[in-house]
Amino acid sequence: MRPRWCDAFRAGAAPIARRPVLMPAAGQLAALLAALLLTALTALPALWPQAHAQTPGTAAPGSAHDPELEARVLKLSAQFRCLVCQNQTIADSNADLAVDLRNQVRDMLVKGDSPQQITDYMTARYGDFVLYRPPVRSTTALLWYGPAALLVLGLVVLLVIIRRRNRLPAERFEPDPDA
Amino acid sequence: MRALKFLIPLAAFGVLAWFLYSGLSLNPREVPSPLIGKPAPAFSLVRLDDPEKTVRREDLLGKPWIMNVWASWCAPCREEHPVVIDLARRGGVPVVGLNYKDRPGDARNWLSRLGDPYVMTLVDFDGKVGIDFGVYGVPETFVVDAQGIIRYKHVGILTPAIVSQRIEPLLRKLGG
Repeated sequence: MRPRWCDAFRAGAAPIARRPVLMPAAGQLAALLAALLLTALTALPALWPQAHAQTPGTAAPGSAHDPELEARVLKLSAQFRCLVCQNQTIADSNADLAVDLRNQVRDMLVKGDSPQQITDYMTARYGDFVLYRPPVRSTTALLWYGPAALLVLGLVVLLVIIRRRNRLPAERFEPDPDA
Repeated sequence: MRALKFLIPLAAFGVLAWFLYSGLSLNPREVPSPLIGKPAPAFSLVRLDDPEKTVRREDLLGKPWIMNVWASWCAPCREEHPVVIDLARRGGVPVVGLNYKDRPGDARNWLSRLGDPYVMTLVDFDGKVGIDFGVYGVPETFVVDAQGIIRYKHVGILTPAIVSQRIEPLLRKLGG
């Protein structure tokens, strides 16, 4: 039996995919108007910063005021894979675990840990799997060098074919119609 | 030479087909834990039944034990619970519960309603110990040997098959 999973860790609402929708021509104008209205509405709070309620919750207390720190947290978090939603980084994901791990990254940065120390912390617990950029090892050599090897192989094959054709006598080719 | 021209694409197809076929039976959810064969991380947690009492990793050394990570909000935990009860009854090794990111009141209710197979349940309220154990999908189950080394980890629901084919043979080997 396949293991089932705990409500994806009670993951937050998954982002709704923005799909292009084909609309009849008459509907397009209405949609355009709606989009304009929506844009205006979302832009409004920016005009009155006081009215823009801050979303509570995910950030550790007192840390959201330091945009430079937050930028470092996000930059570093973007290198780690969320274990729950595996195609997202822990910077992107709203799963509980990703929030916890972001907070862990923030705590460690505040403590003065280097990015390398944070990477070591993550891989010690979750293995290389947590790294979005896999390290170069014997097991990942094919992944890293395979495409280059394929390219070289292709070039070699191409060269061999060209040289072989070069040596063929002219009557082996179709006559040039322009000649 | 002529035969080679046909054999090379055929061989390439064979290799590709083999990779694709073996990919079918892989579970991308199963992340190999780097903690297998390593000492269980240190922790110091209070007991669910007695918040005055603190339990540390060292307190559990000396004989093999099983750690089952669960939470009252976790529906698969409920499904796996009878298996844990059965494992605790005949396994002969202590099964320790790790109550992961749960409200202690909810957790106590859950245990009194469904039965408490654990010699003790430790409260990991903020999930930090869970992170140290590399927990990413509750329920998870760990087998720790007498020296405190993690020997086995299972992510997801425990089934009778996993208990009888993986956990019990391991426990026999560990002399539990």
